[in-house]
Amino acid sequence: MINSFYEGIIVTCCVNIIAVLGMSVLTGFTRLFSFGNAGFMAIGAYTAAICSVQFHLPFALSILIGSAAAGIVAYLLGSLTIRLRGDYFLISCLGFGECVRVLFLYLRDITGGAVGYTGIPFRTTWIVALVCAIAAFIIAWNLIHSRFGQAFSAIRENEVAAAANGIDVVKYKKMSFVFSAIFAGWAGGLYAHYLQHITPVLFNLPKSCELVITTVLGGLGSLSGSVLGTLVVQLLPEFFRKFSEYRMLAYGIAVVLVILLRPSGLMGYKEFPDLFKKTGKKKSTGGA
Amino acid sequence: MNSNTPLLEMKGVEKHFGGVRAIDNFDLRVMPRDIYGLIGPNGAGKTTIFNTITGIYQADAGQIFFEGKDITKIRPHEAAAIGIARTFQNIRLFGNLSVKMNVIIACNIRGGYTMAEALLRLPRYRKVSKETEERAMKFLDSVGLTDKADDIASSLPYGHQRKLEIARAMATDPKLLLLDEPAAGMNEEESLDLVDFVKKLHRDNPITILMIEHHMDVVSRLCEQCTVLDFGKTLAQGTVEEVKQNEAVIAAYLGGEL
Repeated sequence: MINSFYEGIIVTCCVNIIAVLGMSVLTGFTRLFSFGNAGFMAIGAYTAAICSVQFHLPFALSILIGSAAAGIVAYLLGSLTIRLRGDYFLISCLGFGECVRVLFLYLRDITGGAVGYTGIPFRTTWIVALVCAIAAFIIAWNLIHSRFGQAFSAIRENEVAAAANGIDVVKYKKMSFVFSAIFAGWAGGLYAHYLQHITPVLFNLPKSCELVITTVLGGLGSLSGSVLGTLVVQLLPEFFRKFSEYRMLAYGIAVVLVILLRPSGLMGYKEFPDLFKKTGKKKSTGGA
Repeated sequence: MNSNTPLLEMKGVEKHFGGVRAIDNFDLRVMPRDIYGLIGPNGAGKTTIFNTITGIYQADAGQIFFEGKDITKIRPHEAAAIGIARTFQNIRLFGNLSVKMNVIIACNIRGGYTMAEALLRLPRYRKVSKETEERAMKFLDSVGLTDKADDIASSLPYGHQRKLEIARAMATDPKLLLLDEPAAGMNEEESLDLVDFVKKLHRDNPITILMIEHHMDVVSRLCEQCTVLDFGKTLAQGTVEEVKQNEAVIAAYLGGEL
């Protein structure tokens, strides 16, 4: 129906869209930077893989347990670190991500160590991945447009004013962090059931950086921007395969350019529908 | 609660920063429905008092009561929840959000739906969201910003930003409204507008107001009672007329506005 090359591209895009949507809620809407979300992807991936292989659980249940595990770890970590100021929080996430990777490397009996965890059944077809990405977008969209997401935006804009208007800043920051981890875990679980073989190096620091970079490129405060950002970051290297070694270099340059030229990212605070609304408004005022 | 219980009472409250006594042995009684003024030169400790009431700072000594309950160790969002709302000296809006969203966020203090209801867009979420938006528009209407509802908050002119901040504070359904220098940066005409606006706010809503203000004409037009501070110490307390006659106050302001 669709050849494996294109299936690979679709699955990779969709998996990354899910992880980046989680980052978008955390970074774009709550203004918390995490350089450790690949760690949550790893927790989701390994947990889901172990559930499938060791315990023969159904695919959907394994994915669910993987995401839940990432969420629980984020809750525990967040309870310790969420009160830290922005830059210290960022560093603590970075440390966490590396800890997870190294831990999975050393727990050879459970995870297979550097050789990797193998024999995971192939379940993430391109259709499954696409359905999940769409569901993830709808969930994130509904969250952002609810009172919970509005509280995240209030915290991003002004923490003191948010608290003065009844928002428990610590609680909502933690909620946002857990949400981003659940999405990362979801993405990780799907990815494991596509690759069938996972190693800790898939979830290293550059992967965490890639997630942050994609979010910044797409636009902080825009979910549709995050999708666009992911497509750009994942698809461009496919078209320029020869230069794939320079991937990270290109990302770096892209981020510097975006921050200099368009600090709010490709989409800024706007969503796709807003772009059309704006032009419609201009037309109507022009006519009147 | 009988009518003799102050809405807000502070007893011997102290707050130190290093060696500096920002507020020293501070007492205050604000009765329900008062418009109460806090006056004093810059650095007198007025904003520190607001920050201690709303839990941004913890008092080093003394106690604070709200409706007779001890709130000395309250956290900021809890203060909002029990009915203490405030504005800030240097306006703190949610700058990149729309004017309407600023007020909606404050209206959300009522809650009304769960996370699951929101993620699945269940009927109760839709109903509450619609009601919240209507309430927000009502508050915007009361400050005359209805036609600016979709503008970005930071794009409003200064005077409108002040009004938006007050509308947002009112949207949390407060019993006590703390206004931190509402007339700051306004010329005489604008501050007279503000006086009318605050009077109307007080008349139309069952609120008590505690305000910090430099403009003496604003204070004498609005407040029945006031407290004058200097270097964290209370110089005088009483009606505005009494305070104006007080020698210590005159000395502190030496050639000032009083």
